[in-house]
Amino acid sequence: MKTESFLGPRVPSAEMEADRTTYLLPTLLLASAAVLLIASLFVPYWKMTLLAPQYPKGLVAKTYVNRLTGDVKEIDGLNHYIGMRPLGEAASLEKSVSVVSIVVISLLVLSTVFVHTRWALLLALPALLLPFLFLADLAYWLNNFGQNLDPTAPLSSSIKPFTPPVLGRGTVGQFATVAAPEIGLIMAFVASLLILVGLYFHRRAYKPLVNASDEIAEA
Amino acid sequence: MKWHKLVLISVIGVLVLTGCDLTRTQQEEPQAVEGGALPQAAMDIAEERGLSPADISAALKTYIPSGQHDEYLMFLSGGHSGQLIVAGVPSMRILKNIAVFVPESWQGYGFGSWDSREVLEGGLVDGKENLMADTHHPALSETNGDYDGQYVFINDKANARVAVIDLRDFETKQIVKNPNVLSNHGATFVTPNTDYVIETTQYSTPLGWEYAPLDEYEEKYRGLITLWKFDREKGRLIQDESFSIELPPYWQDLCDAGKLVSDGWVFCGSFNTEMATGGVENGNPPFEAGVSQRDMDYLHIVNWEKAKEVFEAGKTETLNDMAVISMDTAVEEGILYLAPEPKSPHGADVTPGGEYVVVAGKLDPHVTIYSMEKIEQAIADENWEPDPFGIPVLDFDAVVEAQVELGLGPLHTQFDNDGHAYTSLFLDTAVAKWKLGPPYHDEGWELVETLPVQYNVGHLVSAEGDTVDPDGKWLVSLNKWSVDRFTGVGPLLPQNEQLIDISTNPMQLLYDMAMGVGEPHYAQMIKADKIDAWEVYPEVGWDPLNQTKSPYATAPGEERIERNGSEVEIFMTAVRSHFTPEIIEVKKGDHVTWHITNIETAVDATHGLQIPAYNVSLSMEPGEVSSIDFVADRDGTFAWYCTEFCSALHLEMMGYLLVEE
Repeated sequence: MKTESFLGPRVPSAEMEADRTTYLLPTLLLASAAVLLIASLFVPYWKMTLLAPQYPKGLVAKTYVNRLTGDVKEIDGLNHYIGMRPLGEAASLEKSVSVVSIVVISLLVLSTVFVHTRWALLLALPALLLPFLFLADLAYWLNNFGQNLDPTAPLSSSIKPFTPPVLGRGTVGQFATVAAPEIGLIMAFVASLLILVGLYFHRRAYKPLVNASDEIAEA
Repeated sequence: MKWHKLVLISVIGVLVLTGCDLTRTQQEEPQAVEGGALPQAAMDIAEERGLSPADISAALKTYIPSGQHDEYLMFLSGGHSGQLIVAGVPSMRILKNIAVFVPESWQGYGFGSWDSREVLEGGLVDGKENLMADTHHPALSETNGDYDGQYVFINDKANARVAVIDLRDFETKQIVKNPNVLSNHGATFVTPNTDYVIETTQYSTPLGWEYAPLDEYEEKYRGLITLWKFDREKGRLIQDESFSIELPPYWQDLCDAGKLVSDGWVFCGSFNTEMATGGVENGNPPFEAGVSQRDMDYLHIVNWEKAKEVFEAGKTETLNDMAVISMDTAVEEGILYLAPEPKSPHGADVTPGGEYVVVAGKLDPHVTIYSMEKIEQAIADENWEPDPFGIPVLDFDAVVEAQVELGLGPLHTQFDNDGHAYTSLFLDTAVAKWKLGPPYHDEGWELVETLPVQYNVGHLVSAEGDTVDPDGKWLVSLNKWSVDRFTGVGPLLPQNEQLIDISTNPMQLLYDMAMGVGEPHYAQMIKADKIDAWEVYPEVGWDPLNQTKSPYATAPGEERIERNGSEVEIFMTAVRSHFTPEIIEVKKGDHVTWHITNIETAVDATHGLQIPAYNVSLSMEPGEVSSIDFVADRDGTFAWYCTEFCSALHLEMMGYLLVEE
C-alpha cells in the first residue's frame, strides 16, 4: 500500500486559510481525547465502597489501570473469612501491560490528525472501545473472584459464592457494597465521545479532499 | 460554524457534569425540634420522672447523643489508684484510665512488656519495685501559658515521682524518681512553655531520706523544689539538666508557675512553719494541732529564671546525681523569698494575666491576693525580716493587694474569661464565685455567690481555668465524699465529681459523676480539638515507647522462631483471627524472647495476649510491636489466647506454649 493512500491528501494552504475551523476542529477533538486518556493513567477508574456498622467511614478499594489503592489490606483481611483470594492477585496481566497499551492507543488516536483517510477510524477504534473493555474485564474478575471461594474458609457455610455488581449496589455478609466509576473511567468515556464527534468532523473535513484526489487520480 | 461551537460547549458540559461525584449518597440531616416548647412526649417523660425545669435544662446541657463527642476532655488524677483518668465534658463519661505508676492488665502495663517494664523501672525506689502510688496533680503541657495538647504530666505524692504521658497515644512514656525526697505535693505544674515541670516536697525529711531523729528536725530536715527539664522533642524529662533548690522544712504544699507579668517565678504555699514534729503518744500535740498553731505560714516565692542561671553557672552541689542549690545560695542570689500567708493554706493560684497570686486560706475564711508588682517592689525595697533560716520574709501589708472573705475552708481557685474566680470551700462544702479587682474589674475583690456541692469539695477545675486564657464554661467540683448521692455499693463509696455550668448566672449544678476507680485530687480540662490523638499507630511495626519503628517489627511472611541453644526468639504477627506462629515448643529452662507485631491498620483492631501461669498480659494496638522475655521455668502445656474480642473468631485466636521437661 502506498503511504499516500494510507495518509490521504494534505490540505492545500489556500483551502486551510479559507476554512481553518473545519480542519482544526477534528484535530482539536481527537488530540483532546488522546490527552484525556494519557491523563487518566494517573487517576482511579473505579472504586468499591464497603459499608458496615463497625466501619463508620466505610472501606474503599480504588482501581487504577495498573494498581489498587485504599483499604485493600483491610478488605483482604476480611475476605479471608469468606475464602476470597487477595485482590492484588486479580488481573495481573492487564495491570502489567495497561500503561504501555494506553499510551500506544492514545498515540494511535493522535495519529489520526495526520491520517486523513478512512484508516483513521481503525486507528481510533481501540481508544473508542477502551472504557467498555475495562468494564468487561472488571466484570470478568469480579465474577472470577466471587465465584471461586475457598470452601474451607471459616464463613463458607454462611457466605455462598456470589457475583459482585460492576456498577451499583450489592451485599456480602454484613457489608453493603457500592461500586461506582471514578474520574479515570469517566475521562475514558468522554474521550470515546470526543473521538466519535472528532471522527464525524474528521470525515466532514477530509472526505471531500479524498474524493477530489481520487477523482484527480482517475482522471 | 455556530453549531460546531454548540457541540464543543455540550462536550464541555458533559465533562463538568460527569466530573461531579456520582457516588455521593444522600445523608439525612437530623431535624431539630421546632418551636419554643418541648414536645408533649418529652414533657410526659419529665412529668412521669418528676423532673423539675432545672433538671430538664441540666439534662439537655449534658446529654451527648450517641456518636457525638464531648467539647472538652478532663484529665483527673486517680489518687491512690496510681492512674490518670480521662473523661469527657459535659457528658462526664469516663473515656480511659491511663496506667501510670501501677500495673494495669488491660493496657498490658507492667505484666511483662518491655516498654512498660522500662517505664516502671524509672520509678524504682532504692532500686526496689514500688507498685503503689498516689497521683495528685495532672499538668497539661503549655505553650505561652496555654494548653497545647501534646503531653500531660502527673506526680505520685507517696513516692515523689513524676510521669510523662504522650497525648498522641495517651500512654505513659517515662517515670522519674526524685532521688532526694520521698514525698511531693506541689507537683506537677509547668512553666508557661513547659521548659520545666515543677515538683515540690510535701513532708520534709533529711535529703535522700537518710535517718535522722526528729529532735534534729530544724537542722537536718528539709524541703526541696525541683525543676525537671523537659525535652519536648524527645518527650522526656532530663535529670542532667534539672536542678533542685533547698527549702526550709515547712511542708510545702501546692504551687503554681507565674505567667505573663509573673513569668519566671514559682509560688508555693506551706503549712508547717511551726516545724511541729508530732508524737501524740508522748503527750505532744498531734500533728494536726501542732502544725496549725501559727496564724501565718509562708508563701514561698521562687525566682526560677535566676535559679536556672545559678545552676548553669555551676553554683550547685550534687546530691544523689541531682544538682541542688543550697538554701544559703538561694538567699544570696535572690532566688528565694517568703511572705506571710494565713493559715495552713492549700492552693496558690496565679490569675490569668499573671498579676496576682491567690492563696486559699484553708483554716482562714479568706482568699489572700498577692500582687506581683508589690512583691517585686518589696524585694527592691528590701522590705523584709529574716526567718530562722535567714530567708527574707516580705512584709505582709507591703505585698498583699486584697483579702476576700468567702467562707470556711477555702482550698483552691480557678478562673473564667470574665474576671471571676471560683474557690472551693471544703468546710462549707460549696463553691464560691468572686470578682477579681483591677485590671479585671474596677470594683472587685468581692464575693458574688456560693453554690452548695455534695460533699466536701477539694480541688475544682474550670475549662482551661488555670491558663492565660480561661474559657469560662464548665466547672467541676471534685468532691471527696458522696454520702447519699449514689446507690449504695458498700462502705467504700465512690467520689463525686459534680459538673457545674458557670456560663449562667447564678451557677447551675448539672450532674453527679460517680468516680469508682480512684480519688481525683486535681484535674485539668482542655478543649478536645486541641488534642490530635492517633487512631492507630502511624506505621505497622511501631515501638510506642520511643515513637518510632521497632527493630523487632515482623512483617507477614517473615514470622519465625530462632533457636540458639537455650535461647529461643519468636517473631510473631497477630491479625484477625490468628497468630503466626501458633505453636511454640521449648524445653524447660529455655530463655524465651517473644516479639508480637499487630499488623492491623483498622481502627480499634487491638489484639491482646495473656499467657497463664507466666503472669504475662499484653495489649497490641493496631501497628504496635510488643516484646516480652521469660525463662520457661515451668514445664507443661499452656494455652494462650488473644484477650481482645477482636472478631467473630476471637475465641479461635489462640496458640499453645509447650514446655517439655
